[in-house]
Amino acid sequence: MFKEISTSAAIAALLFQSASSFAANTGSIDNAFNPAFSLILSGTYGSVQRDPAIPATGFAMNPNPGHEQGFNLGESEMGISANIDPEYRGVATLALDPAGGISVENAFVQTTALGDGLNLKFGRFFSGLGYLNEQHAHAWDFVDQPLVYAVLWENQLAEDGLQLKWLAPTDMFVELGGEMGRGRGFPGTDTVRNGNSAGVLFAHIGDDIGIEHNWRVGVSAHQTRRVDAESIDVPDLAGNAVTNLFTGDSQTTGLDFVWKYAANGNVKNSYVKLQGEYFRRKETGDLTYDTALANVTDTFSNTQSGFYLQSVYQFVPRWRIGARYDHLDPGVAQIGASNAGNVISDYAFKPSRTSVMLDYSPSEFSRLRMQVANDQSRQGLKDNQFFVQYIMSLGAHGAHSY
Amino acid sequence: MKKLIYVFLLSLFYSPAHATLNVFACEPEWAALTQELVGDKVNIYSATSALQDPHRIEARPSLIAKARRANLVVCTGAELEVAWLPVVLRESGNTSTQVGSNGYFEVADFVKMLEVPTRLDRGDGDVHAQGNPHIQTDPRNFLPIALALSQRLAQLDSSNAAYYQQRLTTFNLQWRAAITKWETQAAPLKDVSIVVQHKGFPYLNAWLGLKEVATLEPKPGMEPSAAHLSQVLNTLQKQPAKMVLRAAYQNARPSEWIAERAHINAVELAYTVGGSDKTKDLYGLFDDTIARLLAGVK
Repeated sequence: MFKEISTSAAIAALLFQSASSFAANTGSIDNAFNPAFSLILSGTYGSVQRDPAIPATGFAMNPNPGHEQGFNLGESEMGISANIDPEYRGVATLALDPAGGISVENAFVQTTALGDGLNLKFGRFFSGLGYLNEQHAHAWDFVDQPLVYAVLWENQLAEDGLQLKWLAPTDMFVELGGEMGRGRGFPGTDTVRNGNSAGVLFAHIGDDIGIEHNWRVGVSAHQTRRVDAESIDVPDLAGNAVTNLFTGDSQTTGLDFVWKYAANGNVKNSYVKLQGEYFRRKETGDLTYDTALANVTDTFSNTQSGFYLQSVYQFVPRWRIGARYDHLDPGVAQIGASNAGNVISDYAFKPSRTSVMLDYSPSEFSRLRMQVANDQSRQGLKDNQFFVQYIMSLGAHGAHSY
Repeated sequence: MKKLIYVFLLSLFYSPAHATLNVFACEPEWAALTQELVGDKVNIYSATSALQDPHRIEARPSLIAKARRANLVVCTGAELEVAWLPVVLRESGNTSTQVGSNGYFEVADFVKMLEVPTRLDRGDGDVHAQGNPHIQTDPRNFLPIALALSQRLAQLDSSNAAYYQQRLTTFNLQWRAAITKWETQAAPLKDVSIVVQHKGFPYLNAWLGLKEVATLEPKPGMEPSAAHLSQVLNTLQKQPAKMVLRAAYQNARPSEWIAERAHINAVELAYTVGGSDKTKDLYGLFDDTIARLLAGVK
């Protein structure tokens, strides 16, 4: 761990140095800086009524959406990007952990010279599946990710691998992409082996309708093999919290859409954005129940799904309000006979959450946000949550994706 | 779907070598200038309209699709499009229009930039390192740009080079005559004091001799606040101005607020082609701009 931190710090120091030594070199479209260097400072204040360690009902074997309580630094993020040579561009995003240490969020190289609508990316990157997955936390419209992203992708799927995208030479935006990776992010289990451990396919289409409306819709598919995926504190039929292991196939399909409207197409003054995504994951394999004591293995198969629908409205320049509805379905699991008396198959509860936010952006580089949520993701434990957040960006003026 | 993909792939390999050029213009004024220089020999697409703030455009799927098929991208540069163009160009997967290639034409390279900051500090608002990018408000800037753009078009489409040369000569003659006409009409505007909503008019001021006494935005890119507007009102009591200028895409409220209280005229300028009914082309743009300024000074 220490070694990891010191190497990252050394890289950061090097990049700082090169950023300042090139600062006088203007003329680049990125900025006066080459490489373009940016820093996101963000933090939150959170107030919740329930213990954030309690997972969403029926999703104890998934990541926990959890929230930080009280004042906390959140994730500050350092971004460095530049063309490497005429053929490659490099991007690194380092997340500064409030507890100290640096983790590599993104570190990828992308081609700039393939042409014919082809883009190849390799290294660590946010997968192109869905709509929100590729967006960095500072571009989110709410303090947190939708529940479906939290439980099915541990907020965001970042993969170590490669991605190939192709944009069709058509008037309408038609993009096809595929990814191969080591299965690093959830639901992958980061298994060390030769070959490809996780794959993603996606397609996006999009266009304008007149000057005021624009939209994009997408479909995506993800598959990975999960090996000895461990889940702790999973409730069983007897009411105990046990540790389970799952090995099997995980297949996820998703649908996403976004529609935006601005009078005269001028987003500076006001706009409306409506977006929604749906994911459905089928897992089939073997579950080992209670590895510490009973240690019983039998077949297990389940389909989890969830969606969110949200809208953000900028009613005057600088001010936006937004509302989001989250819904999850833990599914009804098919459990092998020897575990039928141990493992819960049907939770008979569908987690949901409603959030409302208000944010204010004094400039393009700063944003302050308030958010309240009525969380009913845990059965019998309604939770009224309140957050305040700041997001500030300094350094190079990064371009935002759609 | 599979069939569709094959059709796309085929169209890639069988595209004729001397197809009509596709020009992707970032702003309407460069689409209009290209139009003057090429007649009907080229397909022109304007990525933005006069009613959109060119700083704040989203990298929409449609823009990426248009950039994919472009042979020439014509943009202001000087970081005006920094929030969206890099994404559009990168995602387009089009090597012939990347920055530094022949298919990328940055207009700001060919004019003398004004308000080049002596220090770069975001505390000064959204300043542009290479200078104020709103160069289209001075018609004299179009002459060197037209020359460079015409040469670039001829380079990319040599079969029409002679035609482009002829269009350029015609444009130069007509444009110079028009500038003389506008300057004569605009004589009463010399030394007239004005207020501007956004620091978007230094080139217009330099051309016509308008005197800018205040800005409604406290810093470039920051929305006018109530506190700052009352400060401007105080300034105007000591240093009266004739009118307050804003671009068609800007929110009308701040300049109307100040106009009412300072008893001056609020003048909305088209700012670029399409910003008002009479601005169908570049000539119309400046006819209309001068007419509105003259009306504002009365």
